[in-house]
Amino acid sequence: MSHYKMHLLVCGGTGCRASESEKITENLNAEIKKLGLENEAQVVVTGCFGFCEKGPIVKIVPDNTFYTQVKPEDCAEIVSEHVLKGRKVSRLLYEDPETQKHVEDSKHMGFYQKQIRIALRNCGFIDPENIDEYIARDGYAALGNILTEMSPQQAIDIMKKSGLRGRGGGGFPTGLKWEIASSNKADQKYVVCNADEGDPGAFMDRSILEGDPHSVIEAMAICGYCIGANKGIVYIRAEYPLAIKRLKIAARQARVYGLLGNDVLGTGFSFDIELRYGAGAFVCGEETALIKSMEGLRGEPTVKPPFPAEKGYLGKPTNVNNVETYANVPAIFLKGPEWFASIGTEKSKGTKVFALAGKINNVGLIEVPMGITLREVIFEIGGGIKDGKKFKAVQTGGPSGGCLTEKHLDTPIDFDNLIAAGSMMGSGGMIVMDEDDCMVSVAKFYLEFTVEESCGKCAPCRIGNKRLHEILEKICNGKGTEADIEYLKNLSKVIKDTALCGLGQTSPNPVLSTIEHFLDEYKAHVTERICPAGQCKALKLYTIIPEKCTGCTACTRACPVGAISGEKRQPHIIDVDKCIRCGACYDKCKFTAIHVQ
Amino acid sequence: MNKIKSLDDLRKMKQNLENGMNIREKSNSPESLVQIRVAMATCGIASGARAVMNTLIERIEKDKIPAVVTQGGCMGYCYAEPTVEVKVPGKDPVVFGYVDSKVAIDIIEKYVLQGELLEGIIPVNYQTINDKK
Ligand SMILES: Cc1cc2nc3c(=O)[nH]c(=O)nc-3n(C[C@H](O)[C@H](O)[C@H](O)COP(=O)(O)O)c2cc1C
Ligand code: SF4
Ligand code: SF4
Ligand code: SF4
Ligand code: FES
Repeated sequence: MSHYKMHLLVCGGTGCRASESEKITENLNAEIKKLGLENEAQVVVTGCFGFCEKGPIVKIVPDNTFYTQVKPEDCAEIVSEHVLKGRKVSRLLYEDPETQKHVEDSKHMGFYQKQIRIALRNCGFIDPENIDEYIARDGYAALGNILTEMSPQQAIDIMKKSGLRGRGGGGFPTGLKWEIASSNKADQKYVVCNADEGDPGAFMDRSILEGDPHSVIEAMAICGYCIGANKGIVYIRAEYPLAIKRLKIAARQARVYGLLGNDVLGTGFSFDIELRYGAGAFVCGEETALIKSMEGLRGEPTVKPPFPAEKGYLGKPTNVNNVETYANVPAIFLKGPEWFASIGTEKSKGTKVFALAGKINNVGLIEVPMGITLREVIFEIGGGIKDGKKFKAVQTGGPSGGCLTEKHLDTPIDFDNLIAAGSMMGSGGMIVMDEDDCMVSVAKFYLEFTVEESCGKCAPCRIGNKRLHEILEKICNGKGTEADIEYLKNLSKVIKDTALCGLGQTSPNPVLSTIEHFLDEYKAHVTERICPAGQCKALKLYTIIPEKCTGCTACTRACPVGAISGEKRQPHIIDVDKCIRCGACYDKCKFTAIHVQ
Repeated sequence: MNKIKSLDDLRKMKQNLENGMNIREKSNSPESLVQIRVAMATCGIASGARAVMNTLIERIEKDKIPAVVTQGGCMGYCYAEPTVEVKVPGKDPVVFGYVDSKVAIDIIEKYVLQGELLEGIIPVNYQTINDKK
């Protein structure tokens, strides 16, 4: 057996593959061969490191060197310098945004220091297409132990003790959900994995399935044993071809090893999974709509109760959990529920994966303990706001969530605190905004999304959201009134109270939350007709800087509404009430004397 | 590939496979391990550092010693190459010079495992070298 002294982990996630990581793998292998180092260094293709923005990533262990934005041409230098001579290629190392120094290894990168990886434990660590690497990390040992040594109820008790709550958005206790499905008697039951992931900007479920598909398969089998189901179905959006491919490879390997199929590990337990593809409608992520879609019907939600645990797929008891929820399960059994429950806050245990995006230096996928503060996430892991701008807000929970502001920076992030702050955990999108972002536009963006994604089954959501969107549009166009703000609030409440499913019940949240935290900004739009962030084109405030104005009169002639006045060779003035913000004067002025806000 | 027929089979399989993952596992928590760094720049390679490194790795794997071997660039002791720096958790790093396979084994068996000091320690404190840079 060869004793490798070094592994070169090349990211094979969707992000890095888009920038030629496959070619990098090829080149590294070729260079290693050229220098005769095949017995010393091994190239491994892994899942996502979460640092996709700076991809492609090549990480070298055991020295934890973290190369970013690697190009296929860089491979020769990496091998001849680092692999052969132990000299790191500095120009490829991650550069700290604050100190602008190269960081020698990933242990010293702010991005990774506060992370705890449970659901992502194998992502960027093992080759997801090689079941042996999963087994080497105790893969399927949890399933094996449970099948051989525990009753379903004992396993459910462990799940309950761990305190794990659903990561798909609602935060329902997973152990309790399994117990309910287990107690409902039926000749056939189903285990469903929700991999629809419709929240714009979220990609944790995709990364888990691409980087560690076996952990989800193992967890589904564990769930099958607990609730008494022998069939598992992964509902996955068809836009995730790589995740689908890896999931299929994983399932095939597990079958060959006898870890799926009949008589798993000689225990008499049988379980197998199949895949169903979604067309990518957001509403199909809602569990009842998802089940309808799996049955070949329109993906429309149905009234709960009955819950899927009573009457789900084909009318049979069905347990639906999210990808990330499942990914936590094997770790809970391996390390014990007490260990899991020791991480996090009183009512939210463990970690949560967030997709950190927006105006922040380190964009990426992070897994942090529940209870971490926004400040830590943004300024330590995220490396602070881009270009030294000022932090304004964070949108969490996607189209169902709301925003958190400066005053929430030190609030521990967990399910309940986010709800108390008028937002929610959702699937874990976290979009950071700076002073240049207009909060009315943000609300409008999410409403645009919901209007597009509403299934149309019930009126409050179908019509109400459309109205909300129209009013937001009106405000952004400078035609809003103060009464509109009140109207938005009232209509939002009605929609929340009367919509049939979670989509409509939460869709006004971005509106309510921005009104609550940024009322002044709404007011500025409707009374002063300015957009303080300078985003709403129709609300730009044009003024003339007297010191710069030469009185050339060019702007006066350009203005279509005669809003500019002034004597020749004297500073001119714009009449704000007459101005229609067309920008003509700005384009005409040769002396940059016109200021736009 | 064969079916795994029982939990015991799975456990055995894991034991056979885990070696292949060793250096990745170790990279997860280097600070809790004995960190051994072999100077591998041109001067080191010329004087046999590669063989020393392989000896160290094999010796560690044989007894599953909680240590991780990495290679570093030239440490500036070219006269004494190959050099090996050993950092035991909680202790100051120590640099050994003129290391060959025999000394490499001694480093593991005597210094790392028993805490005995050996001949061949370069009498310059690591920090001063760092300061000089
Ligand atoms: C509009 C809407 C969209 C949803 N989209 C998803 C989704 O993409 N993925 C997901 O896991 N859960 C989604 N959910 C939540 C599911 O209905 C369900 O609660 C979840 O899959 C349960 O799994 P968990 O308990 O593990 O979170 C969505 C809910 C609503 C109302
Ligand atoms: S709330 Fe919206 S998405 Fe949900 S059922 Fe009603 S119309 Fe469809
Ligand atoms: S075009 Fe510029 S310089 Fe000329 S009058 Fe207008 S603002 Fe003044
Ligand atoms: S923006 Fe248009 S309407 Fe307003 S002052 Fe300039 S030219 Fe006139
Ligand atoms: S896809 Fe490579 S780091 Fe995410």
